[in-house]
Amino acid sequence: MSTDRAPRLLSRISWWDAAIIVVTAVVLAVAAGAVDNFGTGRNFGFLVLDLLPIALIALPMTFVVITGEIDLSVASTLGLTSAVLGSLWNRGLPMETIIPLCVLLGAVLGAVNGLFVTVFKLPSLAVTIGTLALFRGLAFVVLGDSAVADFPASFTSWVTGTIGTTPIPNVLVLLVLLAAVAGVVLHATPVGRAVFAVGANEQAARFSGIRVDRLKFWLYVVSGAVAGLAGVLWTLRYSSARADNGLGLELAVVAAVLLGGVSIFGGRGALPGVLAGVVLLATLQNALRLSDVTNEALNVVTGVLLIVSVLLPNLGRSLRAALRRRRHRVVRQT
Amino acid sequence: MTALDTAPAPVRVTSGASWWSSVVRARELGIVLALVALVGCTTVANPRFLSGQSIRDILLGTSILAVLAVGQAVVIITRNIDLSVGAVLGLSAFTVGSLVQDNPGLPVVVALLAGLAVGGVCGLVNAVLVRYGQVPALVVTLGTLYAYRGATYLWAGGQQITADELPRDFLGFADASLLGVPWLVVIAVVVIVAAGVLLRNYRLGRELYAMGSSPEAATLVGIKVGRNTLVAFATSGALAGLAGVLFAVRFGTVDAAAGTGYELNVVAAAVVGGVAVFGGSGTVWGAALGALLLTTIGNSLAVLDIDQFWQQAIVGALILLAIAVDRLVALRTARALKTRALKTRALKKGGSHVD
Repeated sequence: MSTDRAPRLLSRISWWDAAIIVVTAVVLAVAAGAVDNFGTGRNFGFLVLDLLPIALIALPMTFVVITGEIDLSVASTLGLTSAVLGSLWNRGLPMETIIPLCVLLGAVLGAVNGLFVTVFKLPSLAVTIGTLALFRGLAFVVLGDSAVADFPASFTSWVTGTIGTTPIPNVLVLLVLLAAVAGVVLHATPVGRAVFAVGANEQAARFSGIRVDRLKFWLYVVSGAVAGLAGVLWTLRYSSARADNGLGLELAVVAAVLLGGVSIFGGRGALPGVLAGVVLLATLQNALRLSDVTNEALNVVTGVLLIVSVLLPNLGRSLRAALRRRRHRVVRQT
Repeated sequence: MTALDTAPAPVRVTSGASWWSSVVRARELGIVLALVALVGCTTVANPRFLSGQSIRDILLGTSILAVLAVGQAVVIITRNIDLSVGAVLGLSAFTVGSLVQDNPGLPVVVALLAGLAVGGVCGLVNAVLVRYGQVPALVVTLGTLYAYRGATYLWAGGQQITADELPRDFLGFADASLLGVPWLVVIAVVVIVAAGVLLRNYRLGRELYAMGSSPEAATLVGIKVGRNTLVAFATSGALAGLAGVLFAVRFGTVDAAAGTGYELNVVAAAVVGGVAVFGGSGTVWGAALGALLLTTIGNSLAVLDIDQFWQQAIVGALILLAIAVDRLVALRTARALKTRALKTRALKKGGSHVD
């Protein structure tokens, strides 16, 4: 069992994951060569800060999508925690208290999703579209269209700062740490195996003793807590708490996860692919932004990538199926 | 024996059907009651809420949302979803806006048809990706939501078409009326009635419900699932395009951001109106009532001097409430059917025993 763990891990990296990793490498190389200022250490810092919220939220989203569910409310959770952070800071609470409170708030918001999905047995798509509107609406109720900006420099500069004199951003350490934890849990623990089992066949998973509802509930709680953390980091990075922070970010997260080879139908996916998907998406956005493409126009790229990442594997599969059928027919005729 | 056996059957069918229709009726009745309560409370607080101008505002606002909600209902009934409607509305509004800006003599009918065409093409793209690409509707329309919106931004940039750049005939359409009813409302009512009758009384409509109830069964009984998916998404797209023209007419100002975030209100209107997200049930009348309720809530917030920022939170809470209520009703229906089945079986057993 333990001896074949390494080859099994390798075999989990499918041709799609390999393709995404190669494409990401190519895009990075092309961007470094062709786009001015892309390869600089300063831009590396920006790139990491750009992909940080997407990457963070993509970690629990990978788990959620593999179980066959979805969480579209993450960007609104980010916005609401950002608004609450600003509002609490305005009331004079110390930052050391606010930050854990915000992560806790995210967890509570995630628990709301989890409750609707597991206890009331409602489809996660509909629930999280509802909470997408609800949480974003509450963010506007909390902060209106004003902004809070006077955060202490010690916190904002940690988020935007680098380790010593190296170009490695502080937040990259946090991200690598969390990604490592997520990777180990998903690919090397019973919890991870349960996640795949639920996605592959929920009924069978239930009959084999997996507490499906409990698992899903906690996945939503973690998803919310991480979105809350992303809200804190987002606010400190731009030093601006606004109700519309992270508007539409759920698209980028879902796009990155699907681009990373996770099946939208559940049961299939791997974390290395997802991370490559995040890097690919962020690199494309960063390089295009450096080439003076506006944010709204960038969404065309994200939207098309989202569709293509599901379309291509499907087309590949049906093409292979057609070829196999043809071969069978030829064999039968001869 | 045969007489005994067959006798209870028709009774059971009719009682089941009437019970079911009473549930459906209760659902729409619930919205109407909520509407009455809302209008009553708001009017008590501020009598101007029932003035002609205020009612007109609500009806004009509803007509745009209702046209979108009808299209959404058609798609959701087939167990799909169309999140791209807000973006299609924006693209159509800007296309038609620049079209009439460049051709001031263009009849309004042509503008309406152009909107329908733009939207229809967008809807067909969604449908082809869903049906032939085998990509779930959620992923497709989430993608095209941003793709269509981004394309509009690429084309329009920061450009804004303002009321004084649009021909007077076009803008005058917003105030024009047929027998005292504004044209926008007339168009919305025509759309609701046409779609309602099609879904209720025609083969195509019943096939859409069948697809939503069980896609596998629909394929097995020979329903042309592919063609019907195309029809459903093209309808939703075309209606979103039509709503884009109505949007341009009503507000007179169009930029690339027109209709941003509308998809949430539209899904909310359909779901609150009793169109189940699992597909296979719900009516366009319900969706239109949902649109009326949401618009009335928005307007009464303004009249009651409550922060407009509450609007979106209320929309979200209503979506959650509506799907939870649907779930409860579905559970109770299932339980009622089960007990009835058990009872009939017991009755049959009892009958044969006596025999």
